[in-house]
Amino acid sequence: MAYRVLVAKPGLDGHDRGAKVIARTLRDAGFEVIYTGLRRSVESIIAAAIQEDVQLIGLSLLSGAHIPLTQKLMAKLHEAGVTIPVVVGGTIPEQDVPVLHQLGVQKVFLPSTPLEEIVRDVTTIVEQSQQEEVVVQS
Amino acid sequence: MNKSENTQRRKTLSGLPVEPLYIPADQSGSYEEKLGMPGEYPFTRGVYSTMYLERPWTMRQYSGFGTAEDTNARYKRLLAEGQTGLSVAFDLPTQIGLDSDAEEAEIEAGRVGVAVDSLADFEVLFDGIPLDAISTSFTINATAPVILAMYMLVAEKQGVPLKKISGTTQNDILKEFVARGTWIFPVEPSLRLVTDSVTFSAEHLPRFNPISIAGAHFRDAGGTAMQEAAFTLSDGIVYVERALQRGMLVDQFAPRLSFYFYTYTDIFEEVAKYRAMRRLWARIMKERFGAQDPRSQMFRFGVVCGGKSLTRQQPLNNVIRVAYEALAAVLGGVQSMFTAAYDEAYALPTEESAILALRTQQVLADETGVANTIDPLAGSYYVEALTDKMEAAIVATMDEVDRLGGMVRCVENGTIQRMIADEAYRSERAISSGEQAVVGVNRYQSQEAGQLHLHAYDASILERQRERLSEVRRRRDNRAVQQYLSDLRAACRDPQKPLMPYIVDAVRAYATIGEITDTMREVFGVFQEPVGI
Repeated sequence: MAYRVLVAKPGLDGHDRGAKVIARTLRDAGFEVIYTGLRRSVESIIAAAIQEDVQLIGLSLLSGAHIPLTQKLMAKLHEAGVTIPVVVGGTIPEQDVPVLHQLGVQKVFLPSTPLEEIVRDVTTIVEQSQQEEVVVQS
Repeated sequence: MNKSENTQRRKTLSGLPVEPLYIPADQSGSYEEKLGMPGEYPFTRGVYSTMYLERPWTMRQYSGFGTAEDTNARYKRLLAEGQTGLSVAFDLPTQIGLDSDAEEAEIEAGRVGVAVDSLADFEVLFDGIPLDAISTSFTINATAPVILAMYMLVAEKQGVPLKKISGTTQNDILKEFVARGTWIFPVEPSLRLVTDSVTFSAEHLPRFNPISIAGAHFRDAGGTAMQEAAFTLSDGIVYVERALQRGMLVDQFAPRLSFYFYTYTDIFEEVAKYRAMRRLWARIMKERFGAQDPRSQMFRFGVVCGGKSLTRQQPLNNVIRVAYEALAAVLGGVQSMFTAAYDEAYALPTEESAILALRTQQVLADETGVANTIDPLAGSYYVEALTDKMEAAIVATMDEVDRLGGMVRCVENGTIQRMIADEAYRSERAISSGEQAVVGVNRYQSQEAGQLHLHAYDASILERQRERLSEVRRRRDNRAVQQYLSDLRAACRDPQKPLMPYIVDAVRAYATIGEITDTMREVFGVFQEPVGI
């Protein structure tokens, strides 16, 4: 069965070129991709992730607000007891990458990250989290 | 580059075929019919008879961050460094009609542009900047009528007569539904607001461009040069038709329509694009709409250089890319230009990188000699043939849009969005596979991590901005504000009522952008995005 991923646009940023390219890339790589559309609240992104039963959430952020928005999403996920892995992509300065990792983001993709690398990393993250889930359940 | 790569690449960046050699037989049509003199129909060689001989293009760096004080200081610095026009970047809350004290605005206020809530912010933003001498371009769309009102009123406070203020509100909402995404209301009420500001400007602001029909965002969202041009001209036709339906005569408003595009690194493709669009727009205006005034037929445009053509890898290469793009725009006959800074694939520019970007234009204008003669590439076998090819490709795309139901319908149902996303994906894969060369990305890569000093967001912005906003709310006549908002609400319900006068009254009383937008949203509702990949 194909893995399901959510590509989400939180905040007020209206740039969706990157989100759509990544969504298509993952779809062509065999993922089932759900795209939220623009300007989604953190709450509605989490609700969509749960409802669609996705194995990964990808946030696309180009407004410079990546840290506070990611922080908010991670906190709400934690509150809801949801353990879906999160990756972030967009115009993010290098110095902010470790900050996002500290917030619990599994991987940060920059405008310079090749598409194949994104597919590879997303696959690895999803497979690992599925194995962990199997271990927990057994 | 090896030999096979060298012989294979016979396409422009957007995919138009390029022959190894062009000869006189590649040209068709007479000089008068296809080119004409600069400043004369069909304006292929330029909209003005003197072009840059009289004065160079306007150097207008897109800029804005933090509060009005922060941005005002940056403007004064840029003007002192020789910039010749202003271009205001607003933060996202301002662009989508949220006040800085709205919950959703909390983390975005003053981030990607300057935060504006009320006329009080505009008074600070333009403090010490003479609005009779400087023209200002505003990248604002859904809330453009509010910003236009603020600009008028701040000029009035400076004692500048309305007939003397010049500048542009982008005010091209159709492309926001496709790319950039700062829409608020559904398509029809959004178009009503655009038409209102066009008719209002024609009456009161003879030197102001109420709309800058923008292809730039189609391009940066992934569209080809042909799509950028075609969708923009098709949008232009919609705006003209709407104003005509309002009972205006074409020559009353068409001279104030202007355009805006991205210029990427394929120099000749860009030159051909601008020359082809000038010819096409002149014909559309004359033949389709019967425009008699030559100014109605003139395709005046601004450009931005940079955007998706910039790379994060080896960021200093972006200085070179932008310089070539600026050259292409000037060879294409541009009226005003923004050259992006090399660090914009990371963050907003610093003062240092912003000034270097301005210097790029100044070197071009003052040292290279490209502005010494008008339309220097005319008569080039290649450029003329490519201009013809570009024109045919643009017309084919416009016809396709018409076949699919026209621009408004294609925007509402997501057709244009899908066409652009197809191209974005194609181009990203071409870069990924190395088919499309990008130096530092898929050619001549190096491992060194560039140490850039980047613009940092100042977290005190929100507090400072909210303070001014609450002071405005405290000091203004709140009963008057409520009355003006309620008048505006009633006017929104009556499709015959032009809305600009109501918006001007509300802004004058210091109603905020959020209050005015909320009032209109109550009546108009919100756009439902056709979500798809």
